[in-house]
Amino acid sequence: MSTLTGTRHLVRLILRRDRFLLPLWVLVLAVLPMSYAASFFELFPTAAERAAYTAGTARNPSIIALLGPVYGDSVGALTAQRSGFLLVIVGLASLLTVIRHTRTEEEAGRRELLGATVLGRYAGLTAALLVTYAADLLLGLLTAAGLAATGLPAAGSYGFGLAAALTGIVFATVGGLAAQLTETAGGARGIGIAVLGAAFALRLVGDTAGNDWPSWLSPLGWAARVRPFEGERWWVLALPLMASALLAAVAYPLSVRRDVGAGMLPPRLGPATAGPSLAGPFGLAWRLHRGQLLWWSVGFALLGLILGGAAEAAGRSVAGNRQLEEIMSRLGGASGLADAYLGATLSLAGLAAAGYGVQAALRMRTEETAGRAEPLLATGTRRSAWLLSHVVFALLGPVVVLAVTGLAIGLTYSISVHDAGQLGRMTAAGLAQAPAAWVLAGLAVLLFGLAPRLAPAAWALLAVCVLLGQLGAVLQLDQWLLDLSPFTHTPQVLRTAWSATPLWLLTALALALTAAGLTTLHRRDIPAT
Amino acid sequence: METPIEVSGLVKTFGRTRALDGLDLTVRTGEVHGFLGPNGSGKSTTIRVLLGLLRADAGAVRLLGGDPWRDAVALHRRLAYVPGDVTLWPNLSGGEVIDLLGRMRGGLDPKRRAELLDSFELDPRKKGRAYSKGNRQKVGLVAALASDVELLILDEPTSGLDPLMEEVFQHWVRRAKQDGRTVLLSSHILAEVEALCDRVTIIRNGRAVESGTLGDLRHLHRTSIDAELAGPLDGLAELPGVHDLRTDGNRVRFDVDTPALDAALRRLTELGVRSLVSTPPTLEELFLRHYEAAPEELTR
Repeated sequence: MSTLTGTRHLVRLILRRDRFLLPLWVLVLAVLPMSYAASFFELFPTAAERAAYTAGTARNPSIIALLGPVYGDSVGALTAQRSGFLLVIVGLASLLTVIRHTRTEEEAGRRELLGATVLGRYAGLTAALLVTYAADLLLGLLTAAGLAATGLPAAGSYGFGLAAALTGIVFATVGGLAAQLTETAGGARGIGIAVLGAAFALRLVGDTAGNDWPSWLSPLGWAARVRPFEGERWWVLALPLMASALLAAVAYPLSVRRDVGAGMLPPRLGPATAGPSLAGPFGLAWRLHRGQLLWWSVGFALLGLILGGAAEAAGRSVAGNRQLEEIMSRLGGASGLADAYLGATLSLAGLAAAGYGVQAALRMRTEETAGRAEPLLATGTRRSAWLLSHVVFALLGPVVVLAVTGLAIGLTYSISVHDAGQLGRMTAAGLAQAPAAWVLAGLAVLLFGLAPRLAPAAWALLAVCVLLGQLGAVLQLDQWLLDLSPFTHTPQVLRTAWSATPLWLLTALALALTAAGLTTLHRRDIPAT
Repeated sequence: METPIEVSGLVKTFGRTRALDGLDLTVRTGEVHGFLGPNGSGKSTTIRVLLGLLRADAGAVRLLGGDPWRDAVALHRRLAYVPGDVTLWPNLSGGEVIDLLGRMRGGLDPKRRAELLDSFELDPRKKGRAYSKGNRQKVGLVAALASDVELLILDEPTSGLDPLMEEVFQHWVRRAKQDGRTVLLSSHILAEVEALCDRVTIIRNGRAVESGTLGDLRHLHRTSIDAELAGPLDGLAELPGVHDLRTDGNRVRFDVDTPALDAALRRLTELGVRSLVSTPPTLEELFLRHYEAAPEELTR
């Protein structure tokens, strides 16, 4: 029996299981660079306007820190830079996909079931890698075709597409290696994301410091160094290829040296008795939510610091471009372009915070379907107490995330404009996003109580709000349609005059939804089948 | 003193499926009550109704003198429950889960907790994700058995335990009974039920088909007789209550209903008995008789 026997069947199994998820991220990530290119063509039709934007914004250290360097002022070069953060997401999606089909399977015990059939030792890892590599390559080709379709040069389009694909492939292989190291999928994801974070940090340091050698060490720095659209350096593509080969050369031997189900790093032990705080539903909820809340806060703090630092320059750079000025003032407030930029940033943070609220609320459904709610509700715990212990995080979590984001933005922005008053102003503007996020969390709670099987639809509702908010103005949708999204009603706090009434109404709506969720939970069967 | 569990005519439907179809179940104070039935017969559904997790569609349910749906929280302080498939929080250690569940029930006995950990050979420091199926089950059992409660509701609690641990489990259930606790033990391990239970209810298709002490149940069923007679047999087949008669020369084998046993034996002694083996029905036979009678359940 060959070490690869059965790979074909596993590939088909993975494609069957991911038939929605995989095409979704491939398509979304492939379309975005194309839309960036199209908007650059529209916003900066002349070379002079592009040069002004490049000098003012694209070369701003905060922008470079977030997106990467820019090697010219052609639309292609600007698009490649603008897509810089997408590379992080491509890397993340690739590594999570590989872990999902290797370590997650093993942890759940499904790998054992398959391992007992005719299956080569390398089949599992190979199948997961093959599918993810293929998805990355498809993503690269679609990206390239899309860019070329907007009128950009073919060579640069394919250079960028390939670089993006190979970045994904490197991180897919990182995922394959991480999956061999720990016993749990959570641990493997942690290692993979830590590697991704380190790569981002290296690139950030290299790109913003005078000497860029750290960026050459980072898989996230290579794509930019191919210099798509600015005299492609094709040989740089050899770097991700070699890195992937090297990582795979470590992962494969590890995958057969260990037992099925075991990892290379030993699992850690916990305490033998519970601490005094772990005494009821709220103590338990704190243990279940605190890690998530911490990481969201750290991530948003970092993003906030970078974006706050970039705001002043972003405001300056569009000055002189009438069209962009107009768009920016439509997006945010009229009192200043930096405010418009920060207002738009904060409303994105509001959508993300709603995402936190929805996932915290849906945690209850996970607990229910995993069978962990039952033993708790068979103790002296009220259903309402159990529900509220999670709802606290679904409602207060977004507040924490938004406060941290606002504070972080306010911190760097107030330093860059020498105005300490911006700290409080930005924090307040961040917190103003919370009521709309609560409405989404409240909807998730209501769905959980009323129609638990449909609870994940809360994500679809959030997606609709994102689409209405981001595309509504572009597609010139009717106002009543836009009004369906609670985020439409969040006032522009950075403008001089705004009313708090919508915030109170949104808060009341969110509370009513949550209360309705509580009432319906009291009436229904647990577990609901 | 109130009856810990009293269920009559309980009906529960899920969509078109009638999971419980007029179930009756009575558990008396201080007894270990076996709740037997094949997979999908409605044991777990019954227990979830008793715990107030599912709402009954019809019938009367009393738990510790209260209404399990309305008085859930007050009643839960007086009972402990172990599900058939204990799932743990991946990032909490076994010891943390034991203490958490104990505290939420209103406290557990630290001395008994230590004794239980010791006799079940359970390492409480491991994280939930690191336990095997059997060890997860032990976490649930330790948490329940260490609690000071009147009623233990155990839903196939020993699935995944090895025979040694099965012994330990039986020891602790006996101790719970000595302490005056009532136990509802749902199981399909017949040896366990025979070893522990005072009374048994057998459920099939959401309905109780038998209920009583093991002695009562045996009484209702057939005894197997294997006898060697002095002469050729005649006149036995006509007797009511005699089944599956097989003769082989002077040797005779048959099953006989308990009420007809006396008459059948008298007939045998009239013919002259050389040797006789009489086998009372085992629980397994009772069990199989009920299940074999329901082929539709196998095809489900």
